[in-house]
Amino acid sequence: MGERMDAQDIIARRVAQELHSGDLVNLGIGIPTLVANFVPPSLKVFFQSENGLIGTGPIPEQGMGHPLLTDAGGRPISALPGASTFDSAMSFGLIRGGHVDVTVLGGLQVDAHGLLANWTIPGKMVPGMGGAMDLVSGAKRVIVAMQHATKNKSKIVRQCNLPLTSARPVSLVVTEMAVIAFPDGKATLLETAPGVSVSEVIAATEAELVVLENVTQMKL
Amino acid sequence: MLAVSVDRAAAMIPDGATIMVGGFMGVGTPERLLDELVRQNKSNLAVIANDAAVPGKGVGKLFDAALVSRLSASHIGLNPKAQQQMLAKQVDIDLIPQGTLVERIRSAGCGLGGVLTPTGVGTSAAEGKRVIEIDGKPFVLETPLRAQFALIHGFLADHLGNLSYALTARNFNPIMAMAADTVIATAEHIVPVGVIAPDHVVTPAPLVDYLVTNPNG
Repeated sequence: MGERMDAQDIIARRVAQELHSGDLVNLGIGIPTLVANFVPPSLKVFFQSENGLIGTGPIPEQGMGHPLLTDAGGRPISALPGASTFDSAMSFGLIRGGHVDVTVLGGLQVDAHGLLANWTIPGKMVPGMGGAMDLVSGAKRVIVAMQHATKNKSKIVRQCNLPLTSARPVSLVVTEMAVIAFPDGKATLLETAPGVSVSEVIAATEAELVVLENVTQMKL
Repeated sequence: MLAVSVDRAAAMIPDGATIMVGGFMGVGTPERLLDELVRQNKSNLAVIANDAAVPGKGVGKLFDAALVSRLSASHIGLNPKAQQQMLAKQVDIDLIPQGTLVERIRSAGCGLGGVLTPTGVGTSAAEGKRVIEIDGKPFVLETPLRAQFALIHGFLADHLGNLSYALTARNFNPIMAMAADTVIATAEHIVPVGVIAPDHVVTPAPLVDYLVTNPNG
């Protein structure tokens, strides 16, 4: 459990460094939600909740929640000063229309070309895609925040065998081992986590990785 | 607009009707109308909603009582009963990307022949649909989605039927209020005309056919 928490922290901390002042950001459930914990207060980032809010704040103290102010999972949240609310057509207009600067989502598989599968395991898990297909198709930058492997099986694969979320490749994948981008449609290793070697990343990755000479270490 | 009791409102909805229900995970859902549909033991409802909520809340109540034969929604992952009924083939579920779902409803309400969206191109969401190129980019043609009844929930309703909404309880409600033959609304508070300033009306009164009276009003 402790190791798992560490992996999530590494991922969330590294993804937080991708956000800039003024960005409109949508965080998915799971590890992506943790990213908000690592955004320094000096950074003025707007977080969108796709159920109709820009300016989401921390989870309110027990007894201080409002039943009409929730996140996309229906849990109570708060709204920061300057927040705005809107309907679902506006919310997804923001997403598809390229007004969301960064979306951070979880992943089941990302392939060698950056294509993402993250919404269903046919026969096992059929929850529906929710807003994931719109987010991956429309946000300016798409960052996948996920563990490198599940049950020792690489989640960065040659080709997704799970149904795709979008035909558009993602911008960046951040795992507890590595940061990978897809210039020219090829999975390319940019950074390794502290204490992780390039050869360890290659060994843990099913997809072929382009390894540049200047692979750096994540600064966490 | 006619003011009606909740039992009369629900009685207008026949078995087998297609209903749109506002709300997002049960937030901004006309709970009293759904409770009454359950009490009147409707059957075979075709439901259009963002999600299946959770058991005991919002649209989830309709699955608890097994009143649904068809659901068009973007997400059912937090309602195990809806998933069980889907796997048992008791409910036919059409999963639609959330932005596409709301635009299909919006296009029906706005008199459009559908929308062209980049969402779903090259995925299973586009299977069997026309893909049209505009300026060299592929878009899926998504058709309008209408219902016989829209069941919506506002924060304030005035005596004419003007509606305003609160916080994240707005979601699909104002969009659905445009896209059904008959619109039935509930509200947290019913207030005199004038309390909702013209600039704060989100759903104009002529769209609302029936306003459900509050029990203590």
